[in-house]
Amino acid sequence: MAAIEILDLEKKYLVGFWRQRPKLALRPLRLTIEAGEVFGLLGPNGAGKTTTLKLLMGLVLPTAGSARIMGLEIDDLRVKSQIGFLPEQPYFYDHLTARELLNYYGQLSGVPAKGRSRCVEEMLARVGLTDSAGVQLRKFSKGMLQRVGLAQAILHDPKIVFLDEPMSGLDPMGRREVRDLIQQLQSEGKTVFFSTHILSDAEALCDRVAIIHQGELRGVGGIADWTSQTHGKVEIIFYAQGRQVPSALTTLGAEARRSGETICATLPEEQQDAALEVLRRERLKLISLLPVRRSLEEYYVQKLKPAERGIGVGV
Amino acid sequence: MNSRIGCIAFNTFREAVRDRVLYNLIAFALLLSAAAILVGQISIDIERLVVVNLGLTAVSLFGVVIAIFIGIGLVSKEIDKRTLYTVLSRPVRRWEFVVGKFFGLTGTLVVNTFFMACGVFLALFYVAHGFEKMDLWILGALYFIVLQFLIVCALALFFSSFSTPLMSAVFTFALFVIGSLAEDLRGFARMLKGLGGWFAQGVAYLVPNFSAFNVISQVAHGAPIAGTLILYNTVYALLYSAMAISGAVLIFQRRNLK
Repeated sequence: MAAIEILDLEKKYLVGFWRQRPKLALRPLRLTIEAGEVFGLLGPNGAGKTTTLKLLMGLVLPTAGSARIMGLEIDDLRVKSQIGFLPEQPYFYDHLTARELLNYYGQLSGVPAKGRSRCVEEMLARVGLTDSAGVQLRKFSKGMLQRVGLAQAILHDPKIVFLDEPMSGLDPMGRREVRDLIQQLQSEGKTVFFSTHILSDAEALCDRVAIIHQGELRGVGGIADWTSQTHGKVEIIFYAQGRQVPSALTTLGAEARRSGETICATLPEEQQDAALEVLRRERLKLISLLPVRRSLEEYYVQKLKPAERGIGVGV
Repeated sequence: MNSRIGCIAFNTFREAVRDRVLYNLIAFALLLSAAAILVGQISIDIERLVVVNLGLTAVSLFGVVIAIFIGIGLVSKEIDKRTLYTVLSRPVRRWEFVVGKFFGLTGTLVVNTFFMACGVFLALFYVAHGFEKMDLWILGALYFIVLQFLIVCALALFFSSFSTPLMSAVFTFALFVIGSLAEDLRGFARMLKGLGGWFAQGVAYLVPNFSAFNVISQVAHGAPIAGTLILYNTVYALLYSAMAISGAVLIFQRRNLK
């Protein structure tokens, strides 16, 4: 059974004061996310990522279409105990301490009173907030609030976790911690659906991604499917040993650039053997030889171009 | 009450307490102490009348101000600060959220009124050097004041479900003032004839009749409160609050939380 099925979900808002006119925030969106997948929803700011998540959470009401989570309609209350949600730049009741807040959310999520305190303490430890558990949230930094946000999203052991821009505004350590947490969730068999515009995070974490722009789905596909493709070129890195780029390499069609003590040359795949022969002849020490793979960024840029409207793996 | 409503209500109460809403009790205590001392010095034989009148009016006004200014932000603040997102993404229905917030605020007001009532009785004891049997009717007047708070809270919540906090405060306060003159309004409406008369009567009966809850002067003079009035006011307050809360829920159910 699919974890999330989005069936032509659409959202229009009425804008203007006197003459209200509809503005399409999300064109009919159709997506299926399998159980256990880490799925990334990518797109620039204002693309419709947060609208999609809010529709799935029931925070905004769809103009058309529907969605199912674990086979149940999203307005079914049973769905809500199976999911966890971290909003973008979350705000919490700042009069509460982290411990009180998690206890409150635990109660609302139906975590049994008997094991709730233990569950809260475990979660505080998991996100590294045990020492600050008794401090009111108004005294928390942004990174600490994000940790509280993650804790409340997974407190009740949901099967599916929705994260809206979970790495946004975090320092490198914070981003690393969130990445580790998503990987842990995946290893526990949970489905993770997150939105981001940080492509390196998506590339490192996601099984599949969808690209959305101006409320329209532009592409969906597996990260591995895309990044395993090569450009038909190889990249050779070798020690320069104080010398210039051998002219024989340039003759083979190599584009070379020097970086400190090393030279990096990119050349057609079919010239690979000839290039290695040149290095041997010139007694230059090889560091690495790798095929040049496509990056998620290329896919993303390609799908965001106005002319590109094809939906699919896009390869 | 289901556990989710109770949980939201308790959190609302705790927020009010931690946001120092109950600090108004200090101002109330100072006002009443000063009044009791002053009355004790300048009035002859009407100390009780003055203290009960002044005390209960202050309880009512302090409570109404709190009900309006917290009530208007109960929902809109949660939307603006987006604290609502992590609540409604849990197994919580929107109506449970609204009802929980309402109970939380009325709970705060009941606790607040309890402490103010203690202050009124202390001041009364100070000026009258004891209690009389008729002082029990003060409890009846306090009960009516709490019923008024229920309606004011519900109205503030209703207006805040579709309007800005400032406009909600204006609407609620205007209705409180108009409602305090409801009996006069109904009298004027009865004098009008034809379609205009029907319309005026409709409007006069639609505004909450707060004047029926005002028995402060009556109990200050030691007069009893009729049992039928207690019953009528209780049913009226509960029905009116339920209607306003239902309206708030209906609007909030359809609202997009942008």
